[in-house]
Amino acid sequence: MKASTALALALTSLFVCACGGSDEREEGWGSSAQAAIAPVKEEIEVPPPPFSEGIFPCSDCHDPTLPVNTKRRQLSMAHQEIDLKHDVEHRWCLDCHSATDRDKLHLASGELIDFTESYKLCGQCHGDKYRDWRAGVHGRRSGNWDGHKTYLLCVNCHNAHSPAFKPLQPKPPPTRPHGGDQ
Amino acid sequence: MSKSCKNEGCGSGAGCGGAHAATEELDPQVEEATRREFMCVIAGCAAALGVSGCSEITHTSFFQKRFRELGPEERASIVADLEKEFSEKFGKPVTISTQPAREDVQFGYALDISRCIGCRRCVYACVKENNQSRDPQVHWIRVLEMDKEKGIDLAHANAYYDAETVPRPGHFYLPVACQQCDQPSCVKSCPVGATWKEPDGIVVIDYDWCIGCRCCMSACPYGARHFNWTDPSVPAEEINPKMHYLGNRPRMKGVVEKCTFCVQRTREGRYPACVEVCPVGARKFGNLSDPNSEIRYILEHKRVFVLKNELNTRPRFFYFYGL
Repeated sequence: MKASTALALALTSLFVCACGGSDEREEGWGSSAQAAIAPVKEEIEVPPPPFSEGIFPCSDCHDPTLPVNTKRRQLSMAHQEIDLKHDVEHRWCLDCHSATDRDKLHLASGELIDFTESYKLCGQCHGDKYRDWRAGVHGRRSGNWDGHKTYLLCVNCHNAHSPAFKPLQPKPPPTRPHGGDQ
Repeated sequence: MSKSCKNEGCGSGAGCGGAHAATEELDPQVEEATRREFMCVIAGCAAALGVSGCSEITHTSFFQKRFRELGPEERASIVADLEKEFSEKFGKPVTISTQPAREDVQFGYALDISRCIGCRRCVYACVKENNQSRDPQVHWIRVLEMDKEKGIDLAHANAYYDAETVPRPGHFYLPVACQQCDQPSCVKSCPVGATWKEPDGIVVIDYDWCIGCRCCMSACPYGARHFNWTDPSVPAEEINPKMHYLGNRPRMKGVVEKCTFCVQRTREGRYPACVEVCPVGARKFGNLSDPNSEIRYILEHKRVFVLKNELNTRPRFFYFYGL
């Protein structure tokens, strides 16, 4: 009796373990492990990032031969218009922008990425949104439901320096029945 | 023009055909024959009397069968006639597709009410894409503003809100259009079979067969159907020349119209206009039969509901909380 209960328990726990490593988690871990071995170049088509006019490439002003002041400080010579409202206590320019290659962003790992891949950078903190975005649930897509589609980048809707979605002016309300005399 | 004549015919038919009522109900074929005979008589009388209003109707358009009964050649000829008529009317080349449903496709739609900000961009993109009448105004999408404290309360929702900016504090928004029900009460209520569910799930209307009785409008629990009380007007420069016979081709006075999931776009694989225009990306569309589609991901991973679930209409339009 006891032995059979123990066996049943063991079997149950085995079953639970097997279910615990559900496909979602396994897939997640599996793919990242694979990515670590052989990075897969993803083909996600995105529109150009919404740069302010004349601001890119950054190296036009940030001469790569000059030393970079990496100290956190109030900017006084340029970019004063940037009002950082993005976890400002913990973030500063060089947490996202690369100090070594001025035309790139960098991930927490130090890996340099282009501005067109900025979603990877955002996804480091906003993992749930990143997952939904890649599944096509968060964010806006255009093109074909059944084929080629363009994803908007995070920064096409959220200003990276102040990411809260800004209120919009609504289009006019519908006219009421009977010519609006109600 | 042809529509108003057909309506007159049917209107008087209802009165005159009273004696046949019993047989008509028993056998649809008899009903069909009777209706057709009656129309012939009326048309003959009209021609003999020289009724001025009917002079533009061709024999073909007047005696056109319902869309589903048309053979490929008849369809082609009707479409060619319509294309010619509209191209002349609007001064640009108009194409009218009759592309049927794809076998492997079941359309579904999902709207994230945690994201919608009620900006009504979808409403006007829909009007433009689907050639809805500007005056009198026809909107297939109505955006309802609701109180966050009260939750979803259709009886007290406000579709006429106006503000400098949206979302207004304390409110959320619920856009409503045709829910493309799997068990559409509108289809059941149509006395002439002018509206039906296509194999890919889109509920469509044959505008040439609609008699304008508006039974479908009273049967629809979502207020998604709209009636053309007068001749619809769309400025020629704003007309969308890419049309579908069962979708955005210009309608006429006296017929009912509604959202078709942009049949002219989606049957070609494109997203509906409202999906592409939504600035917050709240609108999602795809193939329910494809396990890798966005729509399936939402149904499997998000908190999803349908409007008026208790009515068992089984909408293909889902609302969800993306947050």
